[in-house]
Amino acid sequence: MQYMLMCCIDEYAWDTLPDPQKDTIMREYGALIQDLVKSGQFRGGGQLHPTAAATTLRMSRGKLVFTDGPFAETKEQLGGYHLIECHDLDEAMAIAARIPTLSAGGAIEVRPVAVPDCGPR
Amino acid sequence: MLYRTVAPGEMMSDDAAVEQLRAQVDALYRAESRHVLATLIRLLKDFDLAEEALHEAFTAAVQQWPQDGIPANPRAWLVSTGRFKAIDVMRRRVRFDASLTEVAEHLYHATSDPAEYDDEHLEDDRLRLIYTCCHPALSPEAQVAMTLREVCGLTTEEIARAFLISPPTVAQRIVRAKAKIREARIPYQVPSPSELPERLDAVLRVVYLVFNEGYSASSGTSLTRADLSSEAIRLGRLLLELLQEPEVMGLLALMLLHESRRTARTSATGELVLLDQQDRSLWNCDLIEHGVTLVEQALSSRRFGPYTIQAAIAAVHAESPTASETDWAQIVALYGLLIQADPSPVIELNRAVAVAMRDGPLAGLELIDAILARGELRNYYLAHSARADFCRRLGRTEEAHASYQRALNLTQQEPERRFLERRLDELK
Repeated sequence: MQYMLMCCIDEYAWDTLPDPQKDTIMREYGALIQDLVKSGQFRGGGQLHPTAAATTLRMSRGKLVFTDGPFAETKEQLGGYHLIECHDLDEAMAIAARIPTLSAGGAIEVRPVAVPDCGPR
Repeated sequence: MLYRTVAPGEMMSDDAAVEQLRAQVDALYRAESRHVLATLIRLLKDFDLAEEALHEAFTAAVQQWPQDGIPANPRAWLVSTGRFKAIDVMRRRVRFDASLTEVAEHLYHATSDPAEYDDEHLEDDRLRLIYTCCHPALSPEAQVAMTLREVCGLTTEEIARAFLISPPTVAQRIVRAKAKIREARIPYQVPSPSELPERLDAVLRVVYLVFNEGYSASSGTSLTRADLSSEAIRLGRLLLELLQEPEVMGLLALMLLHESRRTARTSATGELVLLDQQDRSLWNCDLIEHGVTLVEQALSSRRFGPYTIQAAIAAVHAESPTASETDWAQIVALYGLLIQADPSPVIELNRAVAVAMRDGPLAGLELIDAILARGELRNYYLAHSARADFCRRLGRTEEAHASYQRALNLTQQEPERRFLERRLDELK
C-alpha cells in the first residue's frame, strides 16, 4: 500500500537555520532517500520550491481565479513530499520518523493513498 | 433445585438441562468472548466483521450444544464457527457490493490450520488487540474508548456514563477509530522489540487514565466512580497475565494500593478525607498485601520505572500502621528516584510535601515557591492547596488564606471545594 509523506516546516525557521545544520540535514536526507530506493519502497517525490514560487487556482462565480502563494496561509508549509510503498502504517511511520527535518521542528503527515478499485468506504 | 454441571460431550435431554446449558454458555461468554473476538479480528482482518461473527458463533452455540453437548475445547469451536459464519456474512454483503467477492472467496479457501487455534497463538491475540486499540495513530480518547469497548467489552452506554459524555459521541469515536485502523492499515500485531517500550507505555497510560477517571472524577459531585477503577484493575491483571513486565506489575500494584484506601478516602457524607486523617482500619488488607508483593517483585527486577516507584511510595504509606509512623525519609528518597525517571513539576510538588513532612513546613514552602517562581503549576489547585497548608503550619495566616482562595478558584470538584472552604473557615 502507498503512503504519502508530506513534510511541512516553518519556512522562516528553515531559512534561518545555520548553514552547517542545513547541510547535515540535507546530507542525511539524501542518504535516507537512497536507502528507500535500494529497498524498493521509493515511489516518487522530492523537495518543493518555497511557497513564494507557488500559484493557487480556484473557481469563483464560474471563473478561474489565480492567487500568488500557497492554498492556505499556515505557519508551517509543505516543503516536500514522498510516496512510499509499505505493508502497513507502522512501516510508514518508521520511515517518516527518520526524516531529518524533524530535528529542525518539521512535521510529517503520513496519509494512505486511496486505491481506485476499492476506494475509501 | 440442584443443577449438575454438564460435562463436555454429554447429551442434553430435558428443559432443565437446556437451561443449565444456557447458563454455562452465558458464563462462557463472560469469560471468553473478548478472547475469541481478539482471534477473530486477526483471522478476519476486520473489527466489525469479527464482532458479527462472534455474535453468530455464540448464537450457534446456544442452538447446537443442546444436541451435540459442549465441545471439549469451546474456545476453538467458537473461533472456528465464527470464521465460517463470517463467510456467510460476507456473502450476504457481496450481494450489495461486488468488490467483496474476492475477500469472501479468500476467507472460504484459507486453510484452517489447527495451529491457529492453539492456546499460545490465542494468548498473543489478546495482546495484539490491546496494542492495536492503544496505537499512537489513534487519538487518546479513541484509545480509551476502543480499549474499554473491544478489550473490556463495555457497551457504548457504559463508557459514555463513565466519562460523562453522550453515547453518540462514544459511538462516533469508535466508528472513526475502526475506520482509521482499516484505511491507514494499522497492523494487528504485537510491536517489534525496538518499539515495545513506547507502545507498552501507551497501553499503561490508557489503563492508568481509566483508573484515575474512576478514582477521582475530574468534575462533578462524586469523588470516585468505582466501576471504572475495577475495570482498570481487571485490565491490569490481564496485562500481567500476558506480559510479565516490571512496569505492568508496578502499575497494577499502584492501582491496588490506591484502591485499598477507597472506603477511607471519603467520609459517610462524601467529604474528602486526607491520607493522614484516614481511618486505616478501613484500608483493604488483601489489596495491600497483593500490591506490596507486586512492588517487591517489580523492584527486584531492577528494570522498573515510574509506575513501580509510585507504587513503592504508596506501599510505604500502606504499611504504616498510623500516619505519624510514616517513613517520610524513605518516601523522599523514592521521590528522588521518581524525579529522575519522570521529571515533572507535579512530582516535584509531591516531593515538596514529603520533604515538609520530614524537615518541616519551611523546607516544603521553599521548594513550592521555587516551582511557582519558574512559572509552573500556577493553575494547578493542589500546588496552591499545599502552599496554603505550609503557610498555615508556619502561622502565616494571611498567606495561607490567599493560597487556599487561589486553590478554590482552580477546582470544580465539589468534595475538593468543600474541603478548601472548610480550611478557609478554620483560618478565621
